[in-house]
Amino acid sequence: MLSKGLKRKREEEEEETLGVDAWWLDPGHPAVTQAPPTVASSSLFDLSVLKLHHSLRQSEPDLRHLVLVVNTLRRIQASMAPTVTLPPAPSPPVVPSVTDNLLASSDAMLSASMASLLEDLSHIEGLSQAPQPLADEGPPGRPVGGAPPSLGALDLLGPATGCLLDDGLEGLFEDIDTSMYDSELWVPASEGLKPGPEDGPDKEGAPDLDEAELDYLMDVLVGTQALERPPGPGR
Amino acid sequence: MAGAGGGGCPAGGNDFQWCFSQVKGAVDEDVAEADIISTVEFNYSGDLLATGDKGGRVVIFQREQENKSRPHSRGEYNVYSTFQSHEPEFDYLKSLEIEEKINKIRWLPQQNAAHFLLSTNDKTIKLWKISERDKRAEGYNLKDEDGRLRDPFRITALRVPILKPMDLMVEASPRRIFANAHTYHINSISVNSDHETYLSADDLRINLWHLEITDRSFNIVDIKPANMEELTEVITAAEFHPHQCNVFVYSSSKGTIRLCDMRSSALCDRHSKFFEEPEDPSSRSFFSEIISSISDVKFSHSGRYMMTRDYLSVKVWDLNMENRPVETHQVHEYLRSKLCSLYENDCIFDKFECCWNGSDSAIMTGSYNNFFRMFDRNARRDVTLEASRENSKPRASLKPRKVCTGGKRKKDEISVDSLDFNKKILHTAWHPMENIIAVAATNNLYIFQDKIN
Repeated sequence: MLSKGLKRKREEEEEETLGVDAWWLDPGHPAVTQAPPTVASSSLFDLSVLKLHHSLRQSEPDLRHLVLVVNTLRRIQASMAPTVTLPPAPSPPVVPSVTDNLLASSDAMLSASMASLLEDLSHIEGLSQAPQPLADEGPPGRPVGGAPPSLGALDLLGPATGCLLDDGLEGLFEDIDTSMYDSELWVPASEGLKPGPEDGPDKEGAPDLDEAELDYLMDVLVGTQALERPPGPGR
Repeated sequence: MAGAGGGGCPAGGNDFQWCFSQVKGAVDEDVAEADIISTVEFNYSGDLLATGDKGGRVVIFQREQENKSRPHSRGEYNVYSTFQSHEPEFDYLKSLEIEEKINKIRWLPQQNAAHFLLSTNDKTIKLWKISERDKRAEGYNLKDEDGRLRDPFRITALRVPILKPMDLMVEASPRRIFANAHTYHINSISVNSDHETYLSADDLRINLWHLEITDRSFNIVDIKPANMEELTEVITAAEFHPHQCNVFVYSSSKGTIRLCDMRSSALCDRHSKFFEEPEDPSSRSFFSEIISSISDVKFSHSGRYMMTRDYLSVKVWDLNMENRPVETHQVHEYLRSKLCSLYENDCIFDKFECCWNGSDSAIMTGSYNNFFRMFDRNARRDVTLEASRENSKPRASLKPRKVCTGGKRKKDEISVDSLDFNKKILHTAWHPMENIIAVAATNNLYIFQDKIN
C-alpha cells in the first residue's frame, strides 16, 4: 500500500501494478467481477466523506482541497445510483448561511458546531439511504439515492437528514444550547426575534399602554433601539 | 537518456549533461518543519537565488565571481542574506492562526544598487529591499566613535566626517507591506512588465497593486459565487504576460486557463481567451477533475507560449490556440493506476511547479522520490534525474533514473511501489540565461550545472 512516508522494500517478484486499495478499479480482479459496482464506489464515498469532515473541521479549510473533494463526492454519488432521484428536501434557510460562513468567514464557533453536527449525523446513519427512519439503517456505506442537482458542501448531507426528520435540520437543534444563535449570523427564519421577557406578559396584560410606549416597544423588537428601562407603571 | 515517459538516445550534441554543483541545508534525517523550502526563485540576472521556507525565512544566495584561473568552473552560490520575512500571526476576529510559510517570492528588475523582492504568505505581501553597506562614516561631531553623544559645550572644533571601508554588510528591510486585501489564501504573485504594478491571487480573487501604494488595491477577478453553495472551482495560479502589461492568465482547479485583457474592462471576470483540453473519455475516472487541477502556470520567456502543470503532466499551450495544448509531456504516468491510494494519502493534491529554461527550449518539473524531470522540446527527449546526497560528489554527472512500471525490474531501475512519496520535488528554478538549475528537495537546495561550456 502506498501511504505517506512508507518506503516499500524492493521486491523483485512484486506483481501488483495496482496499489492494494485500488483493487476495485481493476476490472480483471476476481473480487470486482463478483461484487456489485456499488461496493467499490461506496468505499470511495466513505473515504471522501471522511476527507470532507476533516476539511470542514479545520478552522480555515483549504478551499481548493474542499472543492475538489466535494466535486469528487458528487461524481461518486452520481455514479452510485443514477436512476433513483430524491424529491428535493426543503432546505432550511439556515443551511446556506452556514455553508457560506464556513467557506467564507470560517467562523470557528460555527465550524465547531457544524463539525460536531456532522459527527452526530455520521454516527446516526453513515450518510447513506435517505428516506428511512433512524431505527433500521444499514451499515455505513450503503449507496445513496441520486442527489438534487445543486449541492453545497453541507447540502450533500442536508437532504438526507432532512428526510429523517419532519421539521428538517432545525429539529436537530432543539436540544442544543441556543446561546450560539444569539449572534447576528444565526437568525433562524422561523423563530423571528425574541421579545424581551418583561414585555410579553406586560404587553398582554396591559391593554391600556399608551401609543408612545407601544412605539417604543416596537422599536425595541425591531432592534433599532437599545433596551432601556422602559417608563410607565406595572413593570 | 531514457526517461520514464518516453524513449531516448545516448547523450550527445546539444544534450545537457547535468552535474552536481552544491547542496544547501541540513543533513539530518530529522527535518524540522520550519526548514522545508516552499519557494525558489532566481533574479533577473541569475546572480541571486532566493528561497523561502515554512518558517517564514528568506535566504538569498549570491553567485561568486568566476575564478579566472579556472574558467570551466562557474561561480558558486553562497549565502548573501538571511532574514525573517513573515512571522506567524493571529487573526483575532476569526480566531485563526495565519501561517508564516512563504508561498512565493518574486524579484523586481534591478533599477539601482539595491535589490528588491516581493515575498508573500497566505495573507500579506511584503516588498523587501536588500542593500549592501561597505562604507562607514567616521569623524562625527556630535557623537563619539562608539556612538555616545558628545556634550555640545565640549566641542571646540568642527570636522568633516569621512567615509571608510568596512566589512560588507547586507541589510534587508521591509519597504512596503501590502495587507488586508485577501480573504482567502494567496497562491500567486506576479510582477508586471511595467515594473510598477503586480498582481496577487487567492482562491477566489485576483488583486492588482501599485508597488508604491499599500492602502488600496484593485480587484480585477472575482469568481466568488453569490451563494457559496455553488462554489465548484477555485483559482490555482496567476501570472502576468512577460511583455504585454495588460495581459495576464489564471488557472483553475478544473484544468482551465483564462487569459484576460485589462484594457477590456475594469473587472476581468470575462476572459478574452479560454484554454481547455477536452477530456479523454477513455481515461475518465472519479479522479479526473483532481488530476486535471492546474498547480502552476508559467509564460515562456518569449511570451508566445505558456506552460501548465497538472498532476500527471506538463502541457505547453500556444496562446493562439485555445482548444488544446501544442505539447503534452507525461511526468509520471505510472501513477495513473495508483490514484486511489494517492487520493487516500492526499498526495494527489500535491502542487508541483514547473519552469522554462532561458531560451524556452527545455522545461523542468518535479516528481516523487526526489526525482525531477526535464523535457527537451526541440530534441523531443526527456530525462529523469534525482536530487540526493548519494550523488553529491563535486562535478559528478547525474545518472538518468528510470521507474519500472511492471514486470521484471531491471538493474538500476526502481519500481513504482518503492517510490518515497514523502520526498517530493515541488519547487524548481532555472537560471534565466545559463544552464544552472536549483531544485528544492524538502529542506535541501540542490544546485546543478551543465558540464558543457
